[in-house]
Amino acid sequence: MNKQKRITEHPVLGRMQDREEVTFTFDGHTYKGFKGDTIASALLANGVRRLRVHEETGTPRGIYCNIGHCFECRTTVDGADGVRACLTPIREGMEVKSGQKEALPLDSQHHDAHKLPKTYADFAKQEAGDPHV
Amino acid sequence: MYDVLVVGAGPAGLSAAIACREWDLSVAVIDEFPKPGGRLLGQLHQEPSGEWWNGIYETDQLLDKAETLETDIRCGVSAHHIEKTDAGYTVHTNKGLLHSKKLLIATGAAESAAPVPGWTLPGVMSIGAAQVMTNVHRVKVGQKGIVVGINVLSAAIAREMQLAGVDLDSMVLPAYNSVTADHAHPKKVMDGLMRIAHLAPSAFLRFGSKFAKAKWIRDLAVSFYPSGGVKMWGMPIHVRKAVTEIHGTDQVEAVTICKVTPEGAPIKGTEEKIAVDFVCIAGGLYPLAELAAVAGCPFQYVEELGGHVPVHNERMETPLEGLYVAGNITGIESAKVARAQGTVAGLSIVRDSMDAVDLIEHGIESAIQNVIQTRENASIQFHPGIHEGREKVAQSFTAYNSHT
Ligand SMILES: Cc1cc2nc3c(=O)[nH]c(=O)nc-3n(C[C@H](O)[C@H](O)[C@H](O)COP(=O)(O)OP(=O)(O)OC[C@H]3O[C@@H](n4cnc5c(N)ncnc54)[C@H](O)[C@@H]3O)c2cc1C
Ligand code: FES
Repeated sequence: MNKQKRITEHPVLGRMQDREEVTFTFDGHTYKGFKGDTIASALLANGVRRLRVHEETGTPRGIYCNIGHCFECRTTVDGADGVRACLTPIREGMEVKSGQKEALPLDSQHHDAHKLPKTYADFAKQEAGDPHV
Repeated sequence: MYDVLVVGAGPAGLSAAIACREWDLSVAVIDEFPKPGGRLLGQLHQEPSGEWWNGIYETDQLLDKAETLETDIRCGVSAHHIEKTDAGYTVHTNKGLLHSKKLLIATGAAESAAPVPGWTLPGVMSIGAAQVMTNVHRVKVGQKGIVVGINVLSAAIAREMQLAGVDLDSMVLPAYNSVTADHAHPKKVMDGLMRIAHLAPSAFLRFGSKFAKAKWIRDLAVSFYPSGGVKMWGMPIHVRKAVTEIHGTDQVEAVTICKVTPEGAPIKGTEEKIAVDFVCIAGGLYPLAELAAVAGCPFQYVEELGGHVPVHNERMETPLEGLYVAGNITGIESAKVARAQGTVAGLSIVRDSMDAVDLIEHGIESAIQNVIQTRENASIQFHPGIHEGREKVAQSFTAYNSHT
């Protein structure tokens, strides 16, 4: 962990209390954080900003709100996906993986995406096979 | 089945739980953040009296009280749905269902976006994100950054970053688009700046705020705004410059800023690139009220309160029986007001839960007075028309009740 990224001394809040170290992995690399850190804060203290890539375009994403509202920080934690890194405390031995690019079932360049219903009315029409629905 | 379930362990939820525990109701408080305290945890500002408002200390005060009263507080529990039942409410969470007779929703506020091209790059975050990293997790958000959006919250948090030794280039506006709108309008931003002048050691603002009531003086201040910016705590604030783009491949590397007219239109040929590794976007706050909506509570849009708020009265009751709201979900105000509102909500719940009407009526009255007093003395005000806003909601509660 890069100590320079920690605010150890603070003129009003005082010195950062000693905290237990916790070891976890992110995309196979081992990192250390402090007990009480979230995945997002521990990774940032290690200089890691990119938590996932956009499922469709592959462009990089990190935290945005840091308090659970925006869902930009989705990671896979011990096999469970869609976990918000900014709300999840690190635990010893935790395995975190970044969100990856996904196959594109709805991309009209591929597959038969144009046949998929776009609205509920389309869906009902297709399901019922009734042109007047 | 609990007597009371509280969603949100911020100052409003915690003080409500304390009031309920003082009357021995069974209470559970849930919060999705790993620590209780809500947005109070990150707060750190100096009052005009010189005293520090330290959110961690204030949270500890509330938690000590809650703990003495053996209040059940569960963190890491996220509510995503609410059902009204015959007996009260069922709350759906990531840890299963919770049932209660009365429900208090105290979910606080969320930040509005002020998007500029490039804002999805890692290293771009909301101003509140930086507050939590800095003061709660004690991690520096970067080497050098820029704040996009000038308002009471971003000014307070910029100061917090500065205290923690995080380097900021300046504070500027977001480039004008249909979303950033008022946040990108120098004259409107200037109105806001004048209102926080009492918190900022800036001669320009202090001087300006004396005349803040005269619109032409504010306009003049914008027209003749110093091109080096006005300094607050040594940091330049530019109401005549805006970020038009954020650059980087894997993360933020630089921003382009340009000069803007007093109306916020970019002035061609004034662009300059500034190297930064983080950007904080401040688009203001709005009440985080979805849960009240799924529960079936009626809403009203009130600009002065920050957006759509659940209809409620000054006792923090909603038109739905057994459903209460308190804190920033009812309108954007400071933590002190949220805390005072929480006490009112807690006492209202007590009153409606037991045969204590006579005993408690007086307590509710004085708790309501305390909210009004706290509001009047607030050093941080997010919206100027808070009284009018509160008045509008009170009227719609009355109207709603007389129709049903
Ligand atoms: C990012 C941010 C920064 C702020 N900074 C300041 C500041 O510096 N100074 C100031 O005076 N005011 C600030 N405010 C305003 C702040 O809202 C009030 O000061 C005060 O904290 C409001 O108290 P509250 O109890 O209403 O809500 P909060 O303090 O926001 O507490 C609400 C709690 O509810 C929890 N919650 C929300 N939804 C759910 C859910 N679905 N399930 C479970 N839990 C949930 C949240 O995790 C949170 O802990 C800030 C607000 C925000 C959003
Ligand atoms: S950063 Fe917004 S939810 Fe985690």
